[in-house]
Amino acid sequence: MTVDLDSAVVAKGAVAPPAPLPVLTANDLQVYYGDFQAVRNVHLAIPRNEIVAMIGPSGCGKSTVLRCFNRMNELIDGCRVTGHVCYHGVDLYDPRVDAVEVRRRIGMVFQKPNPFPKSVYENVVFGPRIAGVARAEFDGIVESSLRKAALWDEVKDRLKASALGLSGGQQQRLCIARAIASNPDVLLMDEPCSALDPIATGRIEDLMHELKADYTIVIVTHNMQQAARVSDRTAFFTVEVSSDSDRRTGVLVEYDDTEKIFSNPSDSRTENYVTGRFG
Amino acid sequence: MAMTDLPLATGVLSIGDLAGNRRRRGRERRVRRFFVAAALTSLVISALIVGSLAVEAGRFVLSVDLSALWTTGWFPREGFFDVKTLITATLIVTAVAMLVAGPIGFATAVYLSEYAGARTRRLLKPVLETLAGVPSVVLGFFALTWISPHIVQWIEPAAPLSNLASAGLGVAILTIPLVASVSEDAMSSVPRSLREAASGLGARRMTTSLRVVVPAAVSGLVAAAILATSRAIGETMVVLIAGGADQAQFTASPFQPSLTMTAAMASLAGGSDAVVGQGNAYQSLFFVGLMLFLITFGLNVAANRIVRRVRQKY
Repeated sequence: MTVDLDSAVVAKGAVAPPAPLPVLTANDLQVYYGDFQAVRNVHLAIPRNEIVAMIGPSGCGKSTVLRCFNRMNELIDGCRVTGHVCYHGVDLYDPRVDAVEVRRRIGMVFQKPNPFPKSVYENVVFGPRIAGVARAEFDGIVESSLRKAALWDEVKDRLKASALGLSGGQQQRLCIARAIASNPDVLLMDEPCSALDPIATGRIEDLMHELKADYTIVIVTHNMQQAARVSDRTAFFTVEVSSDSDRRTGVLVEYDDTEKIFSNPSDSRTENYVTGRFG
Repeated sequence: MAMTDLPLATGVLSIGDLAGNRRRRGRERRVRRFFVAAALTSLVISALIVGSLAVEAGRFVLSVDLSALWTTGWFPREGFFDVKTLITATLIVTAVAMLVAGPIGFATAVYLSEYAGARTRRLLKPVLETLAGVPSVVLGFFALTWISPHIVQWIEPAAPLSNLASAGLGVAILTIPLVASVSEDAMSSVPRSLREAASGLGARRMTTSLRVVVPAAVSGLVAAAILATSRAIGETMVVLIAGGADQAQFTASPFQPSLTMTAAMASLAGGSDAVVGQGNAYQSLFFVGLMLFLITFGLNVAANRIVRRVRQKY
């Protein structure tokens, strides 16, 4: 199914920026852990070849929403998703959809660099190998993926060495190369720089700008400067604590051009957060 | 402030001020000595065991006619010490046990660690531990009275009730929980982030298990296999009861009764006063014991080497 974007965003009371055809849309998305609602009523559209940042205080559900985009939430016991997440018009939560197929197209980079305890080479070809790509193509894939991830020059002489011997920043770029090697269409990044120093962070951010030409990127970040630097659009989430119990549910407050979010947000909660008065 | 302006601290403190509490330091020394002694106990005991084994085994080898070590069976009271009978029987039992317990235990571990939900795991692990707690005497009789007629004689109707295959299957039941729980521990300790990385790349659960979790846990899996093999080689009661310990003829068939190393020692030592004084029978016990020790020791060394070579650190 397709989603009428304008009405979806207007329902949240925000103005929809003129968007190219979206790659991913979340419509009326609700996420539960057991009987506890973690995220409520999220409406979002991710346009092609743009970087969308999701920001907000801890527990606001931004990572949870990110993980809905490639059905990674299913790996968590007791997690339940309702509503629709459409990828090029196909509902990812349709029972006929295979999560494995989804994840091959929508790659993910995690908070902590998590290379496999294998060689650099084996890490990069993991995706192609399990997808049945011919071995003859591996060398080419390794080089092009590592080049795209701006890591080739640093590791080309030690492709057979263990990936765990790389520095944290190199490991994270290796994880990006590994995600790219599967030739995805979207990259989901869950606080990809939070375990890195500022120099490594800068390299990853530069990299994201370059990757934008080929991929659509959604990034969750705690770092507002990072969101302002790298993203085209920003979604601000916050936590609502229900009055009768102590339950905390994440809600999407505002989603707009990054420039507007940081200079002239429509919602006072967004303004308080981006100016540092809250969170 | 220049360095030279720093006041030099002279004569303010005496050594006694920093010497601390003498009684406490003394106690610390005594505690340390106690821990060292505890650690040494097992070392000393091992050395004593190996020493006594070696001395008596040496006496045996020196006094026995070496041709008696290669005959047609193990009849120590009659001077026949056919080593190949014992070793072959031990190998057969161990092989049968590991061929059965290895795959089942390993698959159980993969299921528990990678597939089962929290509730299934909570239910299944205690069951496994209960199985591990079944006394081997009980399993010996189970092997003789149930496994042998229902499984082994069904496969090979000509097999007598006591046979090595039944003993091997009995030992397998004993070792499945060991293989399963050690492998499961090894796989569960592989970080979740690696599983997420694999699923994020579109790996199915089986791919994640076999290509990421198993290689990362391989040292633990090898350890599980070696531990289980050692356990199978050393298992005595089941083979004594179900393996046909009174038939000490050489055989290479798992469907025949024979005598393993452990069963040979147990049956000979049953009433040790009957052993002493009958030629070399008493010393032969130590000889077999030493062989057993060397085999398990060799296995452990080999395991360490393998683990170091194939290990993927995470």
